[in-house]
Amino acid sequence: MTARAQPARSRSVALLAFGLIAVVVGCIVTLFWLREPAVEGAAGIGFWALTLALWFVAAVVVTRLAAFEPRGRVWRRLQDLAIPLLFGAFVLYLWEVAVRGFGAPPVLMPSPSATAARFAGSLPVLAEDFVQTFIRGVLPGCAIGCGAGFLVAVSAHRFTFLGRGLLPLGNFASALPIVGIAPIMVMWFGFDWPSKAAVVAVVTFFPMLVNTLAGLAAPGAIERDLMRSYGATPAQTLIKLSLPAAMPYIFNALKINSTLALIGAIVAEFFGTPTRGIGFRISIEVARMSLDMVWAEIALAALAGMAFYGAIALAERAVTFWHPSYRG
Amino acid sequence: MLSSAIRAPPHAGLWRHPLIQRHAPVVVVVLALIAIWYVATVLANASLVRDAFEREETKYSTLDLIARTLDAERPLVVAPHQMLAAFADSVFGYPITSPRSLAYHGWVTLSATAVGFVIGALFGIMLAVLIVHQRALEKSLLPWIICSQMVPILAVAPIVIVVLGALGMQGLLPKSIISAYLCFFPVTIGMVKGLTSPDPIQRDLMRTWSATAAQVLWKLRWPSSVPFLFASLKVAVTISLIGAIVGELPTGAQAGIGARLLAGSYYGQTVQIWAALFTAALLAVFLISVIGVAERLVLRQMGAKP
Repeated sequence: MTARAQPARSRSVALLAFGLIAVVVGCIVTLFWLREPAVEGAAGIGFWALTLALWFVAAVVVTRLAAFEPRGRVWRRLQDLAIPLLFGAFVLYLWEVAVRGFGAPPVLMPSPSATAARFAGSLPVLAEDFVQTFIRGVLPGCAIGCGAGFLVAVSAHRFTFLGRGLLPLGNFASALPIVGIAPIMVMWFGFDWPSKAAVVAVVTFFPMLVNTLAGLAAPGAIERDLMRSYGATPAQTLIKLSLPAAMPYIFNALKINSTLALIGAIVAEFFGTPTRGIGFRISIEVARMSLDMVWAEIALAALAGMAFYGAIALAERAVTFWHPSYRG
Repeated sequence: MLSSAIRAPPHAGLWRHPLIQRHAPVVVVVLALIAIWYVATVLANASLVRDAFEREETKYSTLDLIARTLDAERPLVVAPHQMLAAFADSVFGYPITSPRSLAYHGWVTLSATAVGFVIGALFGIMLAVLIVHQRALEKSLLPWIICSQMVPILAVAPIVIVVLGALGMQGLLPKSIISAYLCFFPVTIGMVKGLTSPDPIQRDLMRTWSATAAQVLWKLRWPSSVPFLFASLKVAVTISLIGAIVGELPTGAQAGIGARLLAGSYYGQTVQIWAALFTAALLAVFLISVIGVAERLVLRQMGAKP
């Protein structure tokens, strides 16, 4: 960066900051404007013109921000974080304004603020549903399914014949709509959490099996021959070579499973539950047309899913720190 | 590879034939699984059947017991032959328009899946093209697309159906929208990877020819993304089948595989559930093989070696 480029750069920073502030002020102004009874539900053309103008400015600001190249790693991380956050916040704002400005009936489309209020107002119910679906259904099921998939994969790796038989079957099974076994599991294990855990276990088993098998086969012939020339036993080869090499694949399976598991547990609750759980609550609140509660449950499920995924991603970073994708 | 080749005994025969080498393990494992299934059937249904015999106060031998566990009317575990018989009966035993015909229900689900898949795939491709051409979109939208998959989308299914139903849409379209929502994601991710897969050298070459962005897209990016496209379409098509089946649950659905599952679970008709599951598996295999055939045709057309 030469000295002559400096003024242009600081001018673009100033413009960006000015645009950001303008958008934030505009958002606040329109939100307050919406609180007037004359505007809410029947916003005039001036209101929508202002909103559209805000939209345009926000799009320009985000585009400029994305094109901007900050110096230093911290600023770059901050930029990567800020852009999606700003984008998400603005989408939420548009949703709020559209719902309230057009006066959409809350039975069809509650506004984000109504959903947030409902979320904050029914924390005990949400906590109960979270414990039922996530702590009792997803976590044990995921542990059983992933553990079994891992063990079967390790033994299939040891006995090649079994592996060659299981791999095509595993690939086949992971293409099947396995959530369909939910009614059978409910029949076998009853309405409470064991049936949900069972569905989750079956659903998570096959991705883990297939990915772990692929990962254990990842080390090349050279590495395996090296282990042989060291006189390593099969167990030593497994622990010191194959398992570490399989870790990226195993974490990939865990990431896939984190979403599959939640879906499995929620779908299983459509087929019968005790009177709690995320899936149960969603299906009865839809029937009662209180969609703000449904959206609150969805927000809960989303938060749980993201936290689960985030925990796995952190563990992955700690375990496979040597992988090329983590070495800057 | 090397070590096993050194150690392999020199004898050759039928057993070393490549076809057998490839298929024998699969056949053995499948047979073993079926055997386990039968044993599980006998063990799981034994107490049910024993109770039935004792209620009838008939004398029975172990052989009778086993025979009846494999042929119970509402068994805990359904034997494979029962499942196949129920499947064949409900596919061929009724006219194709009858609500008792699995072919009818399969068709309902298949059409919703196909429509949803086409919508989702087109949407996913469009999104990928936009993301590749707009850096701001890549930075702002892509994280949210990934986050959207952390949300159990299926939980939204009931709402989508209720809202669209209130807007006057019924039948096929709401289910298709759910499966489209589920299946656009792998297509977008795969296509972003595919469209950015050409080397910088190739893109520089296009630049020296002063190609427009549209020309680069059409002549370089699109052809090189085709393998990625088909890989993600295969994932997407099974997901959209799941979406269609689950979309049939919350409506208290009148037709489709999901409706058969729900009805079977209400009335304890285990055999019916298994037959519906078998149909779903067949549909999945059919859809994937259709994509596979299309892939082979397109790649051959593009001059790939078989």
